[in-house]
Amino acid sequence: MDFGGLRALDSLDLEVFEGEIVALIGPNGAGKTTFFNCITGIHPPTKGDMLIMPPGKKQKRLNGLKPNHVTEHGLARTFQNIRLFPNMTVLENVMIGRHCRMSAGIAGAIFRGSSTVNEEKAVIRDSYLMLEKIGLTDFVNEFAMNLPYGAQRRLEIARAMATEPFLLLLDEPAAGMNPHETQELDDLILWLRENENISILLIEHDMKLVMSLSDRIFVVDYGKKIAQGTPEEILNNPAVIKAYLGEEMDA
Amino acid sequence: MAAWFMFLTFPIMVIRVNTINNVIEWRWDNMLWIGIGSFFLSFVWRYLLKRRDEGSKKAEIGEIEKTPLIQRILKERKIFIPALSVISVFALVFPFVFSLYQTNIMITGLIYVMLGLGLNIVVGLAGLLDLGYVAFYAVGAYSYALLNYHFGIGFWAALPIGAGLGAFFGILLGFPVLRLRGDYLAIVTLGFGEIIRLILENWNAFSFGPSGIANIPRPSFFGIEFSVYNATIYLYYIMIGLILFTIFVVNRLQDSRIGRAWIALREDEVACQAMGIDKRATKLTAFALGATWAGMAGVIFAAKTTFINPASFTIWESIIILCIVVLGGMGSIIGVITGALVLILLPEYLRAFSEYRMLLFGGILVLMMVFRPGGIVPDVRRTYRFEGIEDNHRNNP
Repeated sequence: MDFGGLRALDSLDLEVFEGEIVALIGPNGAGKTTFFNCITGIHPPTKGDMLIMPPGKKQKRLNGLKPNHVTEHGLARTFQNIRLFPNMTVLENVMIGRHCRMSAGIAGAIFRGSSTVNEEKAVIRDSYLMLEKIGLTDFVNEFAMNLPYGAQRRLEIARAMATEPFLLLLDEPAAGMNPHETQELDDLILWLRENENISILLIEHDMKLVMSLSDRIFVVDYGKKIAQGTPEEILNNPAVIKAYLGEEMDA
Repeated sequence: MAAWFMFLTFPIMVIRVNTINNVIEWRWDNMLWIGIGSFFLSFVWRYLLKRRDEGSKKAEIGEIEKTPLIQRILKERKIFIPALSVISVFALVFPFVFSLYQTNIMITGLIYVMLGLGLNIVVGLAGLLDLGYVAFYAVGAYSYALLNYHFGIGFWAALPIGAGLGAFFGILLGFPVLRLRGDYLAIVTLGFGEIIRLILENWNAFSFGPSGIANIPRPSFFGIEFSVYNATIYLYYIMIGLILFTIFVVNRLQDSRIGRAWIALREDEVACQAMGIDKRATKLTAFALGATWAGMAGVIFAAKTTFINPASFTIWESIIILCIVVLGGMGSIIGVITGALVLILLPEYLRAFSEYRMLLFGGILVLMMVFRPGGIVPDVRRTYRFEGIEDNHRNNP
């Protein structure tokens, strides 16, 4: 992925298999969020292919698709700095997630036939169910901007899950959380993987979370992949230690 | 502060050229009044500002319940329903109680209500700052005038055509501005409004230029032509009916999948698209649906005044409609209606102050923005509330 003369991503090959939790780690500025932006269609990649194989459907190439089409195909993401809809309630935020799975149009809005009415009821019910799963039902009628930070992060996840993805992209979900909240997030992500049949691709700096959650880890530095493997392999990989984890300084 | 004001108004209030005697009169006593007056006014001003800040601080702490009076009135069904019936009765008997002149003013007011409700979709709900809204108004008016001139199409046929053409031009405007935001969007839409006016003014063969089009027929009642007096009353009731239709449709659009998409677009474009909402389609729909009401209002305007020319469709009109939406309360239907009626009817009824009209207008705008930036009726948006496990969701009135 080139931005003019700057090569932000250089031959980064990454696969996520069904039901896996994969983590993408690396120093700041390595290109991790750029990678997410490429996949979700915010920046179309200058070279390379992005292929998805949704369960039960055939392979699809994501290059050049707009972000909303990517979401329709089953990829959902959260953002590094929280991008909720601040003046909408928690319930409405999740209802926006359901937008791409609904079909009411202008005529439906104006005439409110029975199918539209049923669809609206279903949306509210499904959104509430999603909030129950994530654990935000206490805040259901609260404006998103009034939520505490940890709840806002979980609301982003709830909103992304409402789009019915098969691959969930989490961009630093534990940023700014205390250890207790991080543990809850850990449980939530594992629960999502078990019960919602999704795969998860995770950008994270919190090593404890990464090590406990991931099945595989990819390490990227200056846009290039420097290592991949299971958590144990990565912990002991000298290149990773040098670039990211930190090596012991000889006194 | 007082000294500053004295200095500022010095040329106007103090120096006065007496052309009869060719002598300059120095009215020093005026300067004294300005000084004293602004001194006291500045205290009042600072007191009001302090009260406003304290009010918002208290609301943040949670000491006082910050629902405005209007919202509380709307919530109380006991007050709301009788008030509504009083207003309906008043609206229905209006033409028979008041003179023709008043009815005409009220029709003008109602036309601006429709324009305000249309612009509310674009600016209030979708957050797209459209300064060229008058272009669609002009499209509607000229479509009726020209179709009538060339093909003899009557009012009732022209109404949906005007609305449809408005929507078409809305989409036409929408395409170039899809990628723009904020100030750039405002300037481009402003340009579009001006382009339409200039085309109408200069393409004489098409639109008869500045001399306009006259003898536009009023609406007929199944072929019966009315006298001027009755036609005006007829038009008034048509307007009431169309306004109710507008309120109904806009309300339904607001509380729907599309309405939520518009609000999400206003809140955060990038996140909205990441959640699967097609940004382009949503923006185009907002422009198109907003412009249909302007087209319809244009047809009615042409029928009401029976003569149109490009001078009625200047930028100033766009700005007035925008002021209606902003002052009335962006996004709230009741607010926009109130804003339109206040902004259009007040100048008519305050003709005594017509010399100071612009001054008052500017002054009111400044005061509103300082003390009540949400508008007369701040956004009384019905949020979706969840009230139980069964499907009984209740909208917050």
